Amino acid sequence: MDAIFVFEQLLNGLGYGLMLFLIAAGLTLVFGIMDTMNLAHGSLYMAGAYVAARVHEASGSFAGAVLAAVLVTVAVAALLELLVVRHLYRRDHLVQVLATFGIILIADDAVKAIWGVAPLMASTPAALAGPVQLFEGLPYPAYRLLLIGAGLLVALGLYLLVNNTRVGMLVRAGASNRQMAEFMGVRVGAVFSFVFALGAGLAALAGALMAPISSVQVGMGEAILIPALVVIVIGGIGSVRGAFVAALLVGLVDTAGRAFLPPALRAVLPPSVAADLGPALAGIAMYVLMAAVLTLKPAGLFPARA
Amino acid sequence: MAQPAFATRFPGAVRRLPWLVLALLAVFPLLAPTLGLEYYVGFVRRVLIVAIAATSLNFILGYGGMAALGHAGFIGVGAYTVVALVEAGVSSAWLAWGGALVFGGLAAALIGAVSLRTRGVYFIMITLAFAQMLYYLAVSLRTYGGDDGYGLYTPLAMGPWLDGAHPDVFYWVVLAIAAGVFALFSRVAHSRYGHALRGIRDNETRMVALGYPVFRLKLAGFVAAGAVAGLAGGLLASHNTFVSPGMMHWTQSALLLVMVILGGLGRRWGAPLGVALWLTLEEALKMHTDYWHWPLGVLLLLVVFHAPQGLAALLERRGDRQGGAA
Amino acid sequence: MLQMKNLAVALALCGAAAAHAADIKVGIALDISGPFAALGAEARDGFELAIEKLGGKLGGQPAEFLRTDFGGNPEQANQLVARYLQRDKIDFFTGPIGSNAALAVGPALFAAKVPYLSANPGPSAYAGEKCSPYFFAQYQNDTYDEAAGKVANEKGYKNVVLIAPNYPAGKDHLNGFKRLYKGAVKDEIYTKLGQIDYAAEIAQIRAAKPDAVFFFLPGAMGINFVKQFVGGGLKDIPLIAPGFSADEDVIQAVGEPMIGVLNTAHWTHDLQNPANAEFVSAFRKKYDGRYPSVYAAMAYDTLMAMDAAVRDVGGKVADREAVLKALKSPSFSSVRGEFKYGVNNFPVQNYYLREVGKDADGRITNKLVGTTLEQHQDAYVGACKM
Repeated sequence: MDAIFVFEQLLNGLGYGLMLFLIAAGLTLVFGIMDTMNLAHGSLYMAGAYVAARVHEASGSFAGAVLAAVLVTVAVAALLELLVVRHLYRRDHLVQVLATFGIILIADDAVKAIWGVAPLMASTPAALAGPVQLFEGLPYPAYRLLLIGAGLLVALGLYLLVNNTRVGMLVRAGASNRQMAEFMGVRVGAVFSFVFALGAGLAALAGALMAPISSVQVGMGEAILIPALVVIVIGGIGSVRGAFVAALLVGLVDTAGRAFLPPALRAVLPPSVAADLGPALAGIAMYVLMAAVLTLKPAGLFPARA
Repeated sequence: MAQPAFATRFPGAVRRLPWLVLALLAVFPLLAPTLGLEYYVGFVRRVLIVAIAATSLNFILGYGGMAALGHAGFIGVGAYTVVALVEAGVSSAWLAWGGALVFGGLAAALIGAVSLRTRGVYFIMITLAFAQMLYYLAVSLRTYGGDDGYGLYTPLAMGPWLDGAHPDVFYWVVLAIAAGVFALFSRVAHSRYGHALRGIRDNETRMVALGYPVFRLKLAGFVAAGAVAGLAGGLLASHNTFVSPGMMHWTQSALLLVMVILGGLGRRWGAPLGVALWLTLEEALKMHTDYWHWPLGVLLLLVVFHAPQGLAALLERRGDRQGGAA
Repeated sequence: MLQMKNLAVALALCGAAAAHAADIKVGIALDISGPFAALGAEARDGFELAIEKLGGKLGGQPAEFLRTDFGGNPEQANQLVARYLQRDKIDFFTGPIGSNAALAVGPALFAAKVPYLSANPGPSAYAGEKCSPYFFAQYQNDTYDEAAGKVANEKGYKNVVLIAPNYPAGKDHLNGFKRLYKGAVKDEIYTKLGQIDYAAEIAQIRAAKPDAVFFFLPGAMGINFVKQFVGGGLKDIPLIAPGFSADEDVIQAVGEPMIGVLNTAHWTHDLQNPANAEFVSAFRKKYDGRYPSVYAAMAYDTLMAMDAAVRDVGGKVADREAVLKALKSPSFSSVRGEFKYGVNNFPVQNYYLREVGKDADGRITNKLVGTTLEQHQDAYVGACKM
């Protein structure tokens, strides 16, 4: 195991973490600020991936596909907000679970009816299809570098939005104490609609960007939902900073578990035990991390609310 | 609304309804062959088993305010306990199911001791995390079949007086257990302990201030629910004659939660009603269309907006009103 | 109240079932939602094409084909089979895509003496110790991998890295590969079921510098892996897979990066025989020109086998002994060409090497390269006492 290999795995962990952050950012905003548990975030992610895949194949333009995915998904989300989510803001978390679970069931059947059950083709833009030579001995997928860049940009953008703008101030006010904010005359309803649309846009962006390296198919939203939830819970619900740190943490722990745990166990345990134990432990590393964090800090690393 | 009017006009009928339902359920296997409904004996048995698990979830969630999204984990622990005992040579149903109960409770004690330190959404997520760990553990356990599952093809013995291999006998055993569990939880919900639990749900800080050992009270409820879910898992293993990690997947936990909320949180009849309606619809819809998910989704939205207290609330306007989602 | 409703629904359904009591009934458990949805949909299309071709009959007799989704969940498969057996009283069963569902439903079917013609999985248990006269397989799970191992020998790959999900089936498939492979295994990587990101594994592969990589990653996992493998610049390391990891569903989802992937199967759409030519052209006509996958082919073939057996027994499906005998010596032309059953009812048949490439119209698809194993039998037959 040489230094380059370790460095590459670190980069992989970072990359995976930033992918998770792309999805978790929107979720934590909606969750934290609107206090709304939106399980259908995964469905919006799926919608983004499907639209991007179709538009990319039809038009050949990847940038156009990403843009279309965000626009279409935000439009769908606006409708969803108007019809359903708006009426859930003041309701119990469990009622929100019930309603958004219902939306998942409907969304999966709708996607199946429109695009069929077979996974969709979603290709990498030709310019980024191969690897780039980072330095001697380390070719790295160009597309992953794009993902890392996109993740960092989204993080920066959200940081600036939340901390340096008037919208951000309202958002923070709504998140830390909704009743107080309403009392002070903040139009919480409008802020919420904006935040939900923003969250949907981020979900769509994540879906569109993940499409070229993952399978675009029904159920992809549910598969990504759980890691995303783990990230926002570790980070502290509602905290963008928390989601960022937690996403990197989960990315690194998960990758390190897969890359280093099996060989390490092989070195100390009999081969048959190690062969069974290594992958099993690597598979649950993320959940162990979450349980450990919550045991020490029951409201996550960066609690947004007092 | 016809039901509340009916309930007020005929309080006696409402009080007797549970006994009527129980009697109907008890004679159902005897009538089924003449009606050509043999298959539905097995179906109702499954509904009853799932209702046992749902009742235990309703207890901690509806009365205790503990929104666990990992209940299927305990069901799985119970099922795999039966598998492990059978693999070890145990052939008595009571021993196997008893083991499922004990290990379900033990798992809940361990998980609860860690999880109950958190609240709200964090609690939802940490219980989910533990259930996922159990899921992945079961997937990779080669001894018990891993992802391929494990078949329990020899029926377990139920002692000298009961024929364990007879499906109707198993049905009545399940019915008796379900009725017992149901009565027990209904009773506990109205005991001093149940009131304390509701107090914690409504205002934990106040209960701490009043000197209640809040953590221990919650843990006791969580363990009881885990044990009963484990028992349901054991029964489900025998019912399906097959166990696979799929029964622990997080979507199963979510479905159980959905059925309980659909039926009515903290309502005495919530869990069985929710389970019966959901499973019946699933069964009926699947038979008629490949697109059987979305009508269930629409049903959930309808419940959220038109029957927010769940179906049981529509039926029992009077009586058990202390419960209900906050 | 609800119980009453149950009863009403049940009675209504029952009445509908009684009306067709005389028909031959085939219970098809569809896998069109859940983890195997894409493969299950392929199989459904194959079943539907066969039903159309047979005019809704079996062996010239009126037949009813019950089709119900069970969402890829073995417990639900079990419940569905209970319904098929007790309520519908089926005469034949087929359908599930996953081995776990096949293992879950088998015992009830065998006890009820209902022939189960698998349209996909051939679990080792049913080939060996738990073999049953009522189970008929299309192939044994490991045979694809055994063929792939032989391909690796023939290509002269001296050392390989193997990768599969961390569950017993994953290990079985890798063991199947190792059974005939003579070179060195540099590393065996087991990944989480349903994994999305494979960067860590791809880095390990790059560090190991193998001559080839053998992967068994069904469904979405395989799609994710191949996309990321090629993006990671490992295009020059050949990929070998059992046919399931490189069939039409994966090829159409991955596109160009799939080109050159070697894979093995007991059937391919360009296999030369009249039955196959008829099937492939009918399939492409019915489904917008797309090529059938092995799942569609097996589903179609399964109903053809039932049709022939019913014809051979003159429609008397109640005589199960005769039906089993007819099934065991098939009198139809299979789309896979010549085959016969071993004692365990698992076929002795050819396995072919396929390579992903482009057809005359530029469509990316599998192309037949040659026969890898001739009239090959599974490794478990010795354990079957039948």
